[in-house]
Amino acid sequence: MRSFAPVLTVVGAIMVIWYGAAVALNSSWAYDKAKRADVTLSFSEMVADTMAQKKPLLPAPHQVVAEIYKTTVLKKITSKRSLIWHGWVTLSATLLGFAMGTGFGILLAVGIVHSRAMDMSVMPWVITSQTIPILAVAPMIIVVLNAVGISGLLPKAFISMYLSFFPVVVGMVKGLRSPDAMQMDQMRTWSATQSTMLWKLRLPSSMPYLFPSLKIAMAASLVGAIVGELPTGAVAGLGARLLAGSYYGQTIQIWSALISAAVLAATLVALIGLIQNITLKRMGMLR
Amino acid sequence: MSWIIGALLFWAAMWLLNVQLSKRPQTRALSLLVPLIFGVTLLVLWEGMVRGFQISPILLPPPSAISVRFANSLPILWVDFVQTFVKGAMSGYIIGCGSAFLMAIAVNRSPFLQRGLLPVGNFVAALPIVGMAPILVMWFGFDWQSKAAVVVVMVFFPMLVNTVEGLKASDHMQRDLMQTYGASYWQGLMKLSLPAAMPFIFNGLKICSTLALIGAIVAEFFGSPIKGMGFRISTEVGRLSLDMVWAEITVAALAGSAFYGVVALIEKRVTFWHPSQRG
Amino acid sequence: MSKEVIIETKGLDLTFETNDGPVHALKDINLTVEKGDFISFIGPSGCGKTTLLRVIADLETPTGGTVSVNGVSAHEARMARAYGYVFQAAGLYPWRTIGGNIKLPLEIMGYSKDGQEERVSKVLELVELAGFEQKFPWQLSGGMQQRASIARALAFDADILLMDEPFGALDEIVRDHLNEQLLALWARTHKTICFVTHSIPEAVFLSTKIVVMSPRPGRIADVIESTLPKERPLEIRDSKEFIEIAHRVRDGLIEGHSNG
Repeated sequence: MRSFAPVLTVVGAIMVIWYGAAVALNSSWAYDKAKRADVTLSFSEMVADTMAQKKPLLPAPHQVVAEIYKTTVLKKITSKRSLIWHGWVTLSATLLGFAMGTGFGILLAVGIVHSRAMDMSVMPWVITSQTIPILAVAPMIIVVLNAVGISGLLPKAFISMYLSFFPVVVGMVKGLRSPDAMQMDQMRTWSATQSTMLWKLRLPSSMPYLFPSLKIAMAASLVGAIVGELPTGAVAGLGARLLAGSYYGQTIQIWSALISAAVLAATLVALIGLIQNITLKRMGMLR
Repeated sequence: MSWIIGALLFWAAMWLLNVQLSKRPQTRALSLLVPLIFGVTLLVLWEGMVRGFQISPILLPPPSAISVRFANSLPILWVDFVQTFVKGAMSGYIIGCGSAFLMAIAVNRSPFLQRGLLPVGNFVAALPIVGMAPILVMWFGFDWQSKAAVVVVMVFFPMLVNTVEGLKASDHMQRDLMQTYGASYWQGLMKLSLPAAMPFIFNGLKICSTLALIGAIVAEFFGSPIKGMGFRISTEVGRLSLDMVWAEITVAALAGSAFYGVVALIEKRVTFWHPSQRG
Repeated sequence: MSKEVIIETKGLDLTFETNDGPVHALKDINLTVEKGDFISFIGPSGCGKTTLLRVIADLETPTGGTVSVNGVSAHEARMARAYGYVFQAAGLYPWRTIGGNIKLPLEIMGYSKDGQEERVSKVLELVELAGFEQKFPWQLSGGMQQRASIARALAFDADILLMDEPFGALDEIVRDHLNEQLLALWARTHKTICFVTHSIPEAVFLSTKIVVMSPRPGRIADVIESTLPKERPLEIRDSKEFIEIAHRVRDGLIEGHSNG
């Protein structure tokens, strides 16, 4: 709560800058129009025009909000022009990819923690894999998979998975190794097996590490799904809306897709935060 | 069939070798050799599977074909590399990280602004910023300037958040110590806050190094002159010459890893004192 | 013969506002420290001994009363770099060598390059760390790190040394050794030292004057002048006189506690 006022101030400042930039960027088009119509614009008329153009260089925030309202509340969910429908297409790919990435990441982390050979051979490549700009070649993967008949949800989910497994591996390796030597020795005095140690000690103590990784993984997964939608001929999903908007210069549509993606990301991350709070409270790890 | 069996046998043999090697006392050479063997094994497995199952080169070309294509089209690859990496990614990276750093220094004196910027910055850093690419291409044109702009927007907030976080990293006692010397604000910043922030700053720089290349390539999908890695990838995909696409991916992978490696190396030099670097 | 007064507090009061209501950390502290004194503040945790030291150092601002250091306010004294401060932990910067750490205050205070070098080697000799100038703090033991932090406080020309439980985190053998060294250093440099501790033997062994404090609210319970000679070998701790003073300190602590 302490940071409520500061956050509000910063968001307010961003809004002011946004409106200012909208006026500055859109004014030349407003003057152009006026020149062709042989009228002179007063300053206030010019400002009013920059707020209400059809294809502005930078739409004003309230135009974006109006567009989002129009395409969510006023459209039927099944309609192809409904932002909720497009959002759902993206969300389903995101969630599937996230689930696969998390599962794969945890398995890999368990393997790395238990096998020295795996740690030494795989771990460097896991890190290297992230320096490869896979996101940039994601569209290619989609197109190629399409060419051999795999289309729809799965290709996008694969890209999401590739992006989301990394933070989980790194976080879980750290987490599974977080029990200290004394706790491990204690387990050994009870002659616990490796799997008992994993379930009773390593996994519970890794929870505080898991959730922050999940948040990063979720955000990455959404980015993957959106980029994965770019080349599919602009059919469905928030990414498709972005691409269609850029083809036809529909800036308001681009921004509304962007903002929806932002809201989606924030909601998903907040949801994980909520689960994190409940879980850690139950496990007595939250003060 | 023999290709598949051969590849699998090779895999098994190399894995056993790695298990043996990893039991030895760890040395520098060994910690390079083991992942190297693993990487080679993956390549052999790839080659073997593609040949054994006779996978169409349109779907997945074997590594041998990719390396031949790579060697034959070095001039094109170089032109693309300069356009995308040097002009687009690097200039955007320097401008973006630099301005985020200056911004962090500017808000450092105001705890109020810091408390406001951190949550907002963290939020923006988690957003699919690449989506801004079509807008920025519209604003800055098709050439590398728009790619640099995308990179600036992508790297700004991760860098800002890390630097702000880092400038707060010095502990209470060390700040009290500065007070007992009657040190000025700028002396405290230069002698204490900035050095203590270095591990965080480099963390940001490392994250941004991978983002920069992604941003520059993705931005080219929304319009570019007839050169550049993103342009090449999207047109060669259209012509189904996948070996060229993979050659371009190899360049991207090499450039990305090298870039990350250079930043990590500088980090090792600068933050040699940090527990994570002392090993 | 009256000596020069270095530190003087009159009716000092300090109340912290916390989430659980106000905490009365210091109440009506009247204290005089003369030149060349070795003063110990001793008391249970929460008695305000560290807070008092921080007020003298102008790291906390009192809510009532006055503090003067060298005849001026605590703030002016801090700006004039009147004292060196040693914290409970060494707090050396890991990115600077031992020599670099000791140079830190000298750089801030604008000493010349040659002057810096000269002082570094001088104080390193004082704390018996000569030859470790190029080492990094994390390559040294805890006791050596603490000695380096003392050297850092000695490097510039401050006549006052404020020490906040400097040996609290060290084991007893190292601690005994450092206590002996500190006494030798005090005898050689004629500094005025204020020393916070929670160890009775340490306070008695080191001090010319022991200030016994008690908690809730933090206040002075007793001030004991030591009758021990200036020359103190470790064996002095078995002498009758030493044990008597230690008893008085303990009595003061118990009394302060039962009144609290």
